[in-house]
Amino acid sequence: MAVLTDRPAAAPARRQQRAARTLATRFLGYATLVFFGLVFLYPFVIQIGNALKTEPDAAANPLSPFPDPLTLAGFERIFAGTNFPLWLGNSLLVTVLVTIGRVFFDSLAGYALARLRFRGRGGLFAAVIAVMAVPGVVLLIPKFLVLNQLGLYNSYAGLVVPLLADAAGVFIMKQFFESIPVSVEEAARIDGASIFRTFWSVVLPMAKPALITLTILSFQGSWNEFPHSLVSVQDPDLFTLPRGLADLVSGSLGKGTQYPLKLGAALLATIPVAIIFVVFQRYFVRDANDGSDKG
Amino acid sequence: MATETLTAAATAGGAGPRRSRGGIRSNENLAGWLFVAPVIVILGLFLLLPILMALWVSLTDWNGQGSPFTGDVPFVGAHNYTQLFTEDGLARRDFMTSLRNNIYYVAIVVPAQTVLALGLALVVNNRMLKGKSFFRSAFYFPSVTSSVAISVVFLFLFANSGAVNALLGFLGIDGPEWFADSRGVLHLLFGVVGVDSPPAALADGGPFGLTWWDWLAGPSVAMISIITLVVWTTSGTFMLMFLAGLQNVPVTLDEASTLDGASRWQRFRYVTLPMIRPTTFLVLTLGMIGSWQVFDQVYVMSQGDPAKTTLTPAYLSYRTAFRDFDYGSGAAISFVLFLIIIVLTLIQRRALAERDTDRPRRGLWRRRVPERS
Repeated sequence: MAVLTDRPAAAPARRQQRAARTLATRFLGYATLVFFGLVFLYPFVIQIGNALKTEPDAAANPLSPFPDPLTLAGFERIFAGTNFPLWLGNSLLVTVLVTIGRVFFDSLAGYALARLRFRGRGGLFAAVIAVMAVPGVVLLIPKFLVLNQLGLYNSYAGLVVPLLADAAGVFIMKQFFESIPVSVEEAARIDGASIFRTFWSVVLPMAKPALITLTILSFQGSWNEFPHSLVSVQDPDLFTLPRGLADLVSGSLGKGTQYPLKLGAALLATIPVAIIFVVFQRYFVRDANDGSDKG
Repeated sequence: MATETLTAAATAGGAGPRRSRGGIRSNENLAGWLFVAPVIVILGLFLLLPILMALWVSLTDWNGQGSPFTGDVPFVGAHNYTQLFTEDGLARRDFMTSLRNNIYYVAIVVPAQTVLALGLALVVNNRMLKGKSFFRSAFYFPSVTSSVAISVVFLFLFANSGAVNALLGFLGIDGPEWFADSRGVLHLLFGVVGVDSPPAALADGGPFGLTWWDWLAGPSVAMISIITLVVWTTSGTFMLMFLAGLQNVPVTLDEASTLDGASRWQRFRYVTLPMIRPTTFLVLTLGMIGSWQVFDQVYVMSQGDPAKTTLTPAYLSYRTAFRDFDYGSGAAISFVLFLIIIVLTLIQRRALAERDTDRPRRGLWRRRVPERS
């Protein structure tokens, strides 16, 4: 504006220059987007393409997404020659149980920490914060020790029970419950509803967004969980998908690289999370955003 | 315990006219503990108790037979720790090698993923571009997939006749045998300037049982492929954090500096970067904390090979315990790693707490918290 009133004669040239620059910026922007779009998505394209190839074809043309000839042999062998169906079943069982457990227990604890006044609440919350800082990988040996000691090693209970609650989930729920106006609950309590009743039928329905977020995070987390299954079970009948997949790669297949088979198995293991990601994308994206935006 | 609380509260409330109020309090006291009980039991039993158990095991020579908590298990004091630092031997050499590997890994992964994440966020945040949400999702998608499944894909990409080498072949470059190549990248660079074997000054005498030449190896070619995978999977998450930070930069500030004649680079350097400094700090520290925990990828892709150049402390502790059945040493390595990560976490929390005194609890934890609104 200031420029315009200052020297009107120079304005058209400058505007043109700016338009050209905008165009160049835009072109560069799209070029960058497309380039990185390829970098981040093409590996999945390669994965799908090569899962449908024959082994020699995959070795000769690894970059090509088009199978020639197209074959389902890899997938047939996944179901006929490996324990994939078993791993799938185990993964489903573990994921469903862990997700239900986390959503229920984390909400209960989150509600108590947000709303109920009880002795030791402050200390407990501090403990939750502290527990979130404990890195998972240093728990490998500790978890094995306790499962072994409790006789839960090599059992479904060992796979599921230690994952039934998580500190981060408690934190998410606590933060959310604190954002709900307290008046509704007070009305319910005055009407004589018990604490649990108030929680269950008044507060929880209002917490739907947080519950969806927690469900998704728990599902994704337990579906992909690998180190825990590594130290909690040894029996191949109890392998979950990531564990079975890792086992395939480390050579249980026998001779040959068998990349089409491995890529196909990895693909099948990725599909559930991919579907959830596409359907509930805004929950994923919003979560990650919310961690660092303004308070 | 529950009944005790109840009685105590009831007695306290029994005095005087505030009786009914005391009743509600005691009710809440009991309910509060009941509500948190499942979480306390699970986290206590499978997180706190095991850490204490492992602390004990790290002071013994338990080999996995029977229970580690009987008198039969030899107690060795701090020996498992001292052999990692002060005694010359295989344990120290392996541990120091794993530290070296992980230091190089952190030194590349953290800057690379931070720069890439910021770059992607800047492009996706550009107001002039359309279709941004699609690309934002595309960049983020690898972050939500299974680390094992994605490692399988990268094993194929980096195979000898894999996609990466095919791509390099187009450029006329003969790609290496990624997962068989233990040569350090810095050694390769030294080789380019004619230094192929260690000069006498570096051939021995380095700290902690590794020669200076070994310390200066750089990440191996095999490690580079793991680094590529990790940068590729984590950048999306950090991009989202940067995006959130960028969205807090007031548009007016950007416009004002444009009117003042600031160039694009100047605006980025003197307006945007200072405004998102807290986010950058968060991304850098989260990156460092995460990079010391690399495990899944090593397990699937390289198992510490070739020539131990992808060994990391996390993987070494696992291998020492579950393959060599030396649970004491394995646990000791875990605790050293624990210490490294806790120190990084404390530094981060201290700095964030100072910054956020007016808005408590922000950034104390990672991403994924719905905001109070």
